[in-house]
This record gives sequence, C-alpha cells and structure tokens, in this order.
Amino acid sequence: MESWLPIFVVAPLGMAFFNLIITKFVRHVSPYLTLSVVIFLLGLSLFFLGHEPFFYAVGGWQPPLGITLVWDSLSQLLILIVSIITLAVTLFAIPYMQQYTAQNKFYSLYLLMIAGMNGVILTGDFFNLFVFMEIASIASYALVAFGVEAEELEASFKYLILGGVSSTIILLGIALLYAATGTLNMADISATIQQGVSKNVLFFTFALFLMGFGLKSALVPFHAWLPDAHPSAPAPISAMLSGLIIKALGIYSVARIFFIIFGIVPIIKTILMVLGALSMVIGVFLAVGQWDFKRLLAYHSISQMGYVMVGIGLATPLGILGGLFHLLNHAVFKSLLFLCSGAFEYTTGTRQLKQLGGLIRKMPWTGSSCSIAALSISGVPPFNGFWSKFIIIVALFQSQNYLLAIITVFVSFMTLISFVKVQKYSLFGVLPKKLQDIKEVPVLMVSGMVILALLCIGLGVLFPVYGVSILESARNLMLEPARYLQYAMP
Amino acid sequence: MEGMTFIVKTITKLLIGAIFLFAIYITFYGHLTPGGGFAGGIMLACGFILLTLAFGKKMSLGKLSDFWASLIDNLGAITFWSIGMLGYLSGYFFMNFIEKSNPFGLFSSGTILISNIAICLKVGSSIFAVFLALTIFGRFISDLIASEDED
Repeated sequence: MESWLPIFVVAPLGMAFFNLIITKFVRHVSPYLTLSVVIFLLGLSLFFLGHEPFFYAVGGWQPPLGITLVWDSLSQLLILIVSIITLAVTLFAIPYMQQYTAQNKFYSLYLLMIAGMNGVILTGDFFNLFVFMEIASIASYALVAFGVEAEELEASFKYLILGGVSSTIILLGIALLYAATGTLNMADISATIQQGVSKNVLFFTFALFLMGFGLKSALVPFHAWLPDAHPSAPAPISAMLSGLIIKALGIYSVARIFFIIFGIVPIIKTILMVLGALSMVIGVFLAVGQWDFKRLLAYHSISQMGYVMVGIGLATPLGILGGLFHLLNHAVFKSLLFLCSGAFEYTTGTRQLKQLGGLIRKMPWTGSSCSIAALSISGVPPFNGFWSKFIIIVALFQSQNYLLAIITVFVSFMTLISFVKVQKYSLFGVLPKKLQDIKEVPVLMVSGMVILALLCIGLGVLFPVYGVSILESARNLMLEPARYLQYAMP
Repeated sequence: MEGMTFIVKTITKLLIGAIFLFAIYITFYGHLTPGGGFAGGIMLACGFILLTLAFGKKMSLGKLSDFWASLIDNLGAITFWSIGMLGYLSGYFFMNFIEKSNPFGLFSSGTILISNIAICLKVGSSIFAVFLALTIFGRFISDLIASEDED
C-alpha cells in the first residue's frame, strides 16, 4: 500500500500530457478524463487517511542521497483539502469552461497545477520542493492569462514577475542551505542543523525563505500581485488559486520549513505574527471599499491568510490548532465564494455588485450557497468560520496578546460589514430590469457549490465532535518536530 | 524570393546536417560527456530555427509542422513519464530497471539514455513550437504594415 504514494503526483502529471495527445484525435473528452483523475485522487487520499507516517524512496535510492516523498499527519491534512476542493472545482468547471476555446489546454494546465501542489505537499527534498513549486506556479501563470484579454495578460505578467522573483529567492535560500549542510534531504538537513551550523548562514536563509514564501502566500508587504491575479483568472482557477495554491505553496511550506525542519525560534514567531496582523488589517480595509465582487474576495484572501499566519505564528498548541482549522475552513468557503462569483458572472455577465441584486429569488441554489459562505467567512455561528476564529482569539487571550486579540475581533467585525454589503447588493434588494429572465446555472455547477456549502455547515456543526483528531495529529507534529526524523529517514 | 540571401542558404545547407548530428551526439552521450537531453534538444531546435531564418517558414514547416511539433512535444513528455512508470512496475517509481553493462559504453546507463532521448524530443519540439508561436505575431504585424501601405 505504501508504494501507492507517488500516484498522487504521477496520475495528474501523466494525464496532463496524455489528455493533449488524445484530444488531437478525439475531441471533448478532456473534462471527463480530468474528472476521473480527480475522483481517483480523492479515493486514494481517503484510502491513505490515518495511515502511519512513512517515506517513499523514489527510484529505489535511499535517503539522504535519493529523493523521498513523505506521508505524515501535516501532508495528510493538506492532501485531503486539495482532493476535496479540486473535486468540487472540477464539477463546476465542466459547464463553466464551455464559454472558452482550447478547453483541452485548460484541463492539461489544471492537472499540472494539481500535480505540482501534491508534489509540494508530499516531497521530503528541498530541491524537489522547488521543482514542484515551479510546476504549480508556471501552470497558474498560464491559467491566469487564459482569457487573453488585456487586463488578464497584465495581471498574469505581474504575477509572473513577482512569482519569478520569489522562486529565485527561494532557490538562493536552498543553495545557501545546501552549501552550509551538504545535503538536500529535509530530514537530513534538520539533523545537521541540530549538530550545529553557522548561525549567520541559517538566519540569512530564514530571511530569504520568509520573503520567498511570503510572496507566494501574499502576506502584506508582498501582496501586490494577488488582487490582480486572482480576479482575472476564470472562476474555477480563482477558486483554486485562492483556496489551494497560496496555502500549499505559501502557508504549508512555511509550516513545514520553519516549524518542522528548522524548529521554531522566537524571532520567526514574532515576524510571522506581525506580518499576519498587518495582512489581516490592511487586507480587510482594502476589501471593504471594493465593488468588483472577485476583487473584494481577493482582498479578503489576504486578510484571512493573516488569520492563519497569526494562529500558526503564535506557536501555542491552541493557536496552531486554530490556524490549521482556519486554513481548512478558508479553503472551503473562499473556493465556494469564488465559484458563486463565477456563477453570477455566468448568468448576468457582470461581477460589479452595483449592477446585481435580488439574485436569490432567480438562483436559489447559488444564492443560498453564497449566503452560507458569506456567513462562514464573517464568523457567524454555527458555521465553520466561527469556530476557527474563536479558537484563534481564545489562544491569543490565553497567551496574553490582548492587543492582537482585539485587532482580530475588530477585523472579524469588518469582514462581517463587507459581506453584509455583498449580500445586500447581490442576493437581496431589487432585481434590475435587464436581469428579469435569468435562470439557475447548470446542475454540475450547482453540485460543485452545494458540496462546498454542505462542507461549510458540516465542518461547523460536526467537526468539533468528529474531525479534530486529523488537526490534532498535524498540530502535534508541528509542536514536536523531532518526530519527523524518526520516520523520514531510515 | 522567400528567406535570406544565396550565401546564407548555401552555408545553412552545408552546416545543417552537422548541427543535427552534433545534437544527436550530445543527446546520446549525455551520460558520459557534458551535455544531455536538454542541451541536445536546444541544438535540435536551433537547427530548425536556422532553417526557418534562412529558407522561410514554409520550408521548415514542411519538415516539421506545428501539429507534429506539438504532438512530439507531448509524446516526449509521455515517454519520460512512461519510463518512470515502467520503473514503478518493477519496484520503485523511476527505478533504473534495465541491466547496466561495462562503464563508459553507450548502453552502460540503463534508462538514462532513453530518458535523455525523450527529453531531447520534448525540449527540441517545444522550443521550436514556441518559436513558431512567436512568428504568428510577426505575421499579424506584416499584415498590419501591408494594410497601412494600401491606405
């Protein structure tokens, strides 16, 4: 069973190229090929759920020389999130992408993105991390520009330049780390650092990684690309970028590298919390004034990533638990909100909130899903967003960060204001005259949104009772990084 | 007349065989000497680009059309992926499953030689396809200039 681990990367990677060959001869099969791969990956991740941690040596070369893929409680959580969200997004994409040409290329890039993300999550080797990160990023640069309008090309170019800068900085960090420790295997690097490495080199790599992964996860001084790139992409890709890419490439890599490989040090905790608090406040203030629905959601992504960073940066058991729970919840409700914005755009042709109104009467399924997601993100009980924000705020009070706790409550309040505005202008109010004869979106699009809406309710109501064990095992790994050495090396 | 002057065409005719041969040599001996699939593929693509520059697009598209460039591109990737999968079937993903013989021979490295050939096909055809994609804009611009001249 352990030998099935590389399939998470191999299946989407192979299908990405296979799909392009097949569609040269048989047209219109790529959505179904993609859907089959995504369902297979979800089955595989459920099959692996709860498996003991282990490593897989690629090519039969044992670590520390060879490349490893590592399955543990943190990667298990992320793989599960990726598998569930991609299923919902793929179901949504099948009718939505009919508006575009060159669909086979879309699905190939989409599969490459999934392969890259799964690779980043599973890898146990620093250079491999960089390679998979580039696969996912380059696929997403192309996907942001998929509409080839002037605005989309500009956003993609900006994203490409800043993403390229961050990748170069991360590569420089990896090179310095390799020079200092003489190995690329993550577990081996962790063991070498414990034996003692020059502090100056180590802190310089910390700075490089903070900047590189900060750019990937759009923390505030590095956030300039996100409000352009995320709204410009087609709606399913916006959902993937905001729901998964910034988490897998950004937050997950920070958690893996700073907590598990290096072992957390106080200065990094402080920096992460300050950056998180800045993102939270600035993101939400920029979001409140927006009238473009997708742009508003993109600014909220920055703000919500701040919550996750504050929770993780606190590095207390409750704080990390809250951060990881919010990561899971944000993936669910932000993908759902982006899918809803796509559904509104699909029927009405606009995403300006001022031109919408009263949509819940014409589109009951989309409208109620959107309403559930908006209530979740603004932290209304009993939806999932409430619990994770509540845990983070309690953790902040427990560790006597009163100022930060008050800021967090205030940002939550601002989020509520912003989403009350969204609901008032899009779902309720008066239906404009020219939108009188719109209809509900196709069944597959509805099913993708309803899956995520049910998850929002389910995670809120049932998760505190049943699902906590997955989060707790991931949290325990981040608190006791020494355990990583026990199973990631022979 | 399409393409460049008589001198360029003659030199290209003389050199093109040598360029392709050197590309193939670099690819096949990648595991023994500096080079490999990527370097060989770039040389292959450069050969095609030289043909395009010297003789015009029609001639080089006759040798390798955009359909075939993109097909070979995908086939190269699929071949590389299949080598990994064949290794997977015999134990580990990307396992070197072919028997290795005496060092410094052409067939001494197991799957590395096949991988290099797959990478050469992938890189060569995709770089040429990128070049073709860039020349599409060239056609737009020359159409624009022509229409402006008519006005």
